[in-house]
Amino acid sequence: MSAAGRFLRSWALFAAGVLVWEVATRLAGHPFFPPPSTILVTGARLWFAGPVERAFLGDTVLDDVLPSVLRAVTGFAVAALVGVGLGTVLGRSRTGMQWCGPLFAFARAIPPPALIPVFLVLFGIGGRMQVVTIAFAATWPILLNTVDGVRSLDPVQAETVRALRMPPGHRLVLVVLPAALPKIFAGLRLSLSISVILMVVSELVGSVDGIGFQLRQAQHAFDFPVMWAWVVALGVVGLGLNAVLLAVEQRALRWQPTRATGVPR
Amino acid sequence: MTLLQVRHLRHDYRGAAAVDELTFAVGAGELVCITGPSGCGKSTLLRAVAGLVEPTAGEVRLHGDPVRAVPDELSFVFQDYGRSLFPWLSVRRNVELPLRWRSVGRAERAERAAEALAGVGLAGVDDRYPWQLSGGMQQRVAIARALVTRPALLLMDEPFASVDAQTRFELEDLLRRVQRARATTVLLVTHDIDESVYLGDRVLVLSRSPAHLVADLPVDLPAERDQIGTRGSAAFVALRGEVARRLRAPGDPAAVG
Ligand SMILES: Nc1ncnc2c1ncn2[C@@H]1O[C@H](COP(=O)(O)OP(=O)(O)OP(=O)(O)O)[C@@H](O)[C@H]1O
Ligand SMILES: [Mg+2]
Repeated sequence: MSAAGRFLRSWALFAAGVLVWEVATRLAGHPFFPPPSTILVTGARLWFAGPVERAFLGDTVLDDVLPSVLRAVTGFAVAALVGVGLGTVLGRSRTGMQWCGPLFAFARAIPPPALIPVFLVLFGIGGRMQVVTIAFAATWPILLNTVDGVRSLDPVQAETVRALRMPPGHRLVLVVLPAALPKIFAGLRLSLSISVILMVVSELVGSVDGIGFQLRQAQHAFDFPVMWAWVVALGVVGLGLNAVLLAVEQRALRWQPTRATGVPR
Repeated sequence: MTLLQVRHLRHDYRGAAAVDELTFAVGAGELVCITGPSGCGKSTLLRAVAGLVEPTAGEVRLHGDPVRAVPDELSFVFQDYGRSLFPWLSVRRNVELPLRWRSVGRAERAERAAEALAGVGLAGVDDRYPWQLSGGMQQRVAIARALVTRPALLLMDEPFASVDAQTRFELEDLLRRVQRARATTVLLVTHDIDESVYLGDRVLVLSRSPAHLVADLPVDLPAERDQIGTRGSAAFVALRGEVARRLRAPGDPAAVG
């Protein structure tokens, strides 16, 4: 009841917005702005025209959406591994960040899309260039948050670790990383949206498939309903990936007092 | 039998001595309370005994061997128990934590954690997180974690300073019970004169900073103590007065003994 109510409340404004848009576009009748209903029907025809045994998924879902998502997820996963791994090593070492800090500050200050031409030259058009671009851009927030997180061990906990004579491996797994986890997840969330952004940008300029590629094709063909349908698809992909990450975070950080449900505090 | 020897111990923080010329010995199975003015160096003394800070001069010996790092048979209970428990580990996993690198099998670990928790009067909260417990219960968890390794020497830094009076009485009795059942040697810091007399077999009184020993008073109270009877007894009141006097008139070398 209350869950349903909350769901209704949070989506009511969204639904109202779509409704207003529908009415406005119908009244205006401008070819650049097809009504949402048209976009939806176009999208359905695009994505769900496949055979029964493929759950009606159209060719383009397998040929474009899936590669897009796979590239974003792969790039993000590489960024997470590198960011957490390198961040832990650098954060725990006394001088690591003194050496690497300025380098990271500079590398992070470069807007990642600016590196697409560089990676295009290095890797050519295709998935490899895109994964590298996504991974490069998504690494920084994770890396810097991890460095910050593994350093922010509570002094009492640090002394407890010493008093318990905890060996380094146990210390890392049982204390340092869990303590850093809230900050690491903050970095992961930021990096996931960066991954989706760079997925599209890299597909717009250097790809022969993918959502961004199809978006550009539709634009060049002046097929505006299809173009809008792909924009909607991007929103859905972003929402879906974010929901998965939030679920993982909720599970991993369920020990946090502010997250537990039904426990007074 | 002497378990712990502290000789001419001195520890400086940035050139200023926190403890100076401290010499005393603790026998196996004794419960020794340490009291002294606020900021005099009590925590520093415990840290030096635990090997958490290195003495600037003098030495600490456990079983006759100099203490250089935290000895294996030593457990420490911090004053700030709330923060010394790990919030991401359940109560059971906090308690069995020190066994995880001690080649104790999974089943035995669980068994010993349960035993330690039962020993401190906590049952049925194994799967909660520490922050879901009251302060007194958290301190019981911290004590269970300290006892699970069956230490020969237990160091406690103002362990009951931030729990309510009722819980405090319960925890004091619990500590004496556990200590006598296992013949654990305990070194306990407290700023509460009554507590030092009620709990201790001996009370060490420290001077104002830099701390040195002002008095080493044996507590001649029956081993079986009880919160109302013992605290009302003439011997208790006399001892309490003695500790208070030594606290107030520090630096009289003739008083040491
Ligand atoms: N890490 C430190 N660095 C510098 N000075 C310190 C440090 N720890 C303690 N001191 C100083 O050493 C002296 C003794 O401190 P200590 O914490 O041992 O006293 P204490 O008797 O435990 O105090 P309290 O009764 O407040 O617990 C104090 O003057 C304190 O300011
Ligand atoms: Mg102290």
